[in-house]
Amino acid sequence: MSTTRMTLGKAVNEALRASLETDPQVMLMGEDIGALGGVFRVTDGLQKDFGETRVVDSPLAESGIVGTAIGLAMRGYRPVCEIQFDGFVFPAYDQITTQLAKIHNRSAGRITMPVVIRIPFGGGIGAIEHHSESPEALFAHTAGLRVVSPSTPQDAYTMMREAIASPDPVLFFEPKARYWDKGEVDLSLTDAAMLDSARVARSGTDATLVTYGPATHVTLKAAEAAAAEGRNLEVVDLRTVSPLDVRTVVESVRRTGRCVVVHEASSYFGAGAEVAAQVSEQCFYHLEAPVLRVAGFHTPYPVAKIEHDHLPSVDRILDAVERTLAF
Amino acid sequence: MDQHSAFEPDAAEEDDLVRLVTRDGARTDTHPEYAARVAHLDTDALRDMYKDMSLVRRFDVEATSLQRQGELGLYPQSLGQEGVQIGAAHALATQDYVFPSYREHGIAHVRGVRMSNLLRQFRGIDHGGWDVQEHNFHLYTLVIGSHALHATGYAMGVQRDGLVGTGDSTRDTAVVACFGDGATSQGDINEALVFAAVNNAPVVFLCQNNQWAISEPTARQTRVPLYQRGLGFGIPSVRVDGNDALASHAVMSEALERARSGGGPTFVEAYTYRMGAHTTSDDPTRYRSRAQEDYWRERDPIDRVRLLLEREGGWDDAFAAAVTAAGDELGETLRADVRAMEAPAPESMFDHAYASENAVVTAEREWHAQYEASFEEAAR
Repeated sequence: MSTTRMTLGKAVNEALRASLETDPQVMLMGEDIGALGGVFRVTDGLQKDFGETRVVDSPLAESGIVGTAIGLAMRGYRPVCEIQFDGFVFPAYDQITTQLAKIHNRSAGRITMPVVIRIPFGGGIGAIEHHSESPEALFAHTAGLRVVSPSTPQDAYTMMREAIASPDPVLFFEPKARYWDKGEVDLSLTDAAMLDSARVARSGTDATLVTYGPATHVTLKAAEAAAAEGRNLEVVDLRTVSPLDVRTVVESVRRTGRCVVVHEASSYFGAGAEVAAQVSEQCFYHLEAPVLRVAGFHTPYPVAKIEHDHLPSVDRILDAVERTLAF
Repeated sequence: MDQHSAFEPDAAEEDDLVRLVTRDGARTDTHPEYAARVAHLDTDALRDMYKDMSLVRRFDVEATSLQRQGELGLYPQSLGQEGVQIGAAHALATQDYVFPSYREHGIAHVRGVRMSNLLRQFRGIDHGGWDVQEHNFHLYTLVIGSHALHATGYAMGVQRDGLVGTGDSTRDTAVVACFGDGATSQGDINEALVFAAVNNAPVVFLCQNNQWAISEPTARQTRVPLYQRGLGFGIPSVRVDGNDALASHAVMSEALERARSGGGPTFVEAYTYRMGAHTTSDDPTRYRSRAQEDYWRERDPIDRVRLLLEREGGWDDAFAAAVTAAGDELGETLRADVRAMEAPAPESMFDHAYASENAVVTAEREWHAQYEASFEEAAR
């Protein structure tokens, strides 16, 4: 196994490149993804190498991007759509939830919808309104969609390859604040199970921290800080919000007896609520404390100068850890 | 003032229509370029169109009766729109692909969809009902306007497949998006026009302006004739008398040919009338006048083809009897088919939520099976 050190954003780029190379039906669609290479440069160089009919600069209309991707998928193509920022997915929300998610079902299985929708998401980059949101739960609540979010360059690479290969539509949430994180990537690593499975990012015994996407980084930092104080925390990186890998979470919590969920999206009706419900149902006799959540507040995403009070921080995570351990 | 009693047909709206046959069944000489496009339709071809229109109207009657008998939950009639639908459908090539909304029973019939399968959805046993690839006729889409984008994307796929402008009439492919006057207000229709225009996609936007979006007249959707919408997007646009099957055939054949040959999209506004209710749950007496309905009844698209056939020696009692007999047969088949349609097994709801294995669905399917089995055990 040979690996290359690269950023998470570059890993996505390499996955798109490899998919374009290996499957002539794969195509990319989105705003400014061509000559510019996307506002985050994730598609850098791809239009130059694969041409304008496979890497398409779309009109500035998200519903149009997803709606035409659906038609292309019906004709046998595998479109990968880029939504420029999380807060701009909503014009496409109707197409994603009423059409993309349901056409396979509507056709009694005769039509598949192998469409990937890439969405740079999450906060912490000092952005203006609509550029820092975490809408994943809205899509996880819709049957027919897969909702995933990688946290490392290797996962970003392999999960993107698998998302494009999936016969089901995949909402691929990319942690934009972590685009520049570097890690070793094996470009030959494919693993279909990655779209269905969480990973134990850090082994521990005292409590389980469940997280995904951009919050994984801060959760691991909190676990390290806790280790300095003698707390041995396990960190589960979900990787997939839908379907949830409940088994990995349950196995961990049954060992530790304690569970804290961490994500950037609001805790209220967020992914953590589903994790908490599953854990309470399946780990009831193992739990030493109620499941706690460290997440965004039930407010519109705040202005950049105070966003770090909204996002999960090391201190807020450690506060929750103390509360669960003290219970 | 009662706006209904003030109904007057707007002569100006009719002036810019393409019409080849008057309501008295006489051919016009106002659009020779379009007349040339239907010159090849002989008596047999006109009879075929008449028969198809009549069968679709019979289908409406039978399906409405089945709904009234409680066999269907709901039914939307295509009553009054047979001219544009049959005229347009007869202009399609086998390889062309149609995206209907949910009132395109006439086009479905011509595409070979078994008519009873159109009712599976309305009987509540299916969200779709037929194999789209077998008929090149997509499933009905109920979210207004969504499928115009699917049609445009599909057409972009046809372009990528190299099936536009090859000159091979058995391969060059056009795509049709059907929608109504109300849909033209939707963002998706407008986005579809943008995507089709900038991609020069081989798609025909067939807007059946039946004057009513449930209870709202077209004036609630637009202040210009709808065909002019297309012009603003740089798309050739034409308004046709949708109650004239021949004119509809001619205008659609031109648009389809443009698409197949690489000329890009066309916007066709078929000016017609929803003679029935929006659906069996609707009550048009609350919002439109008898005078308006009478005005349009005099322009019935089926009568027009009959009168044309009569004028041109293509009508006789034997043909009329054959059409009636075919309608009776359709009615019998339909009633038998529909009454034989059983509800699917409850556990089938889990079958096609995803194409790939999904842990959530698998777990819920297992739970449901155990729950059902618990009753059997309790009954022992």
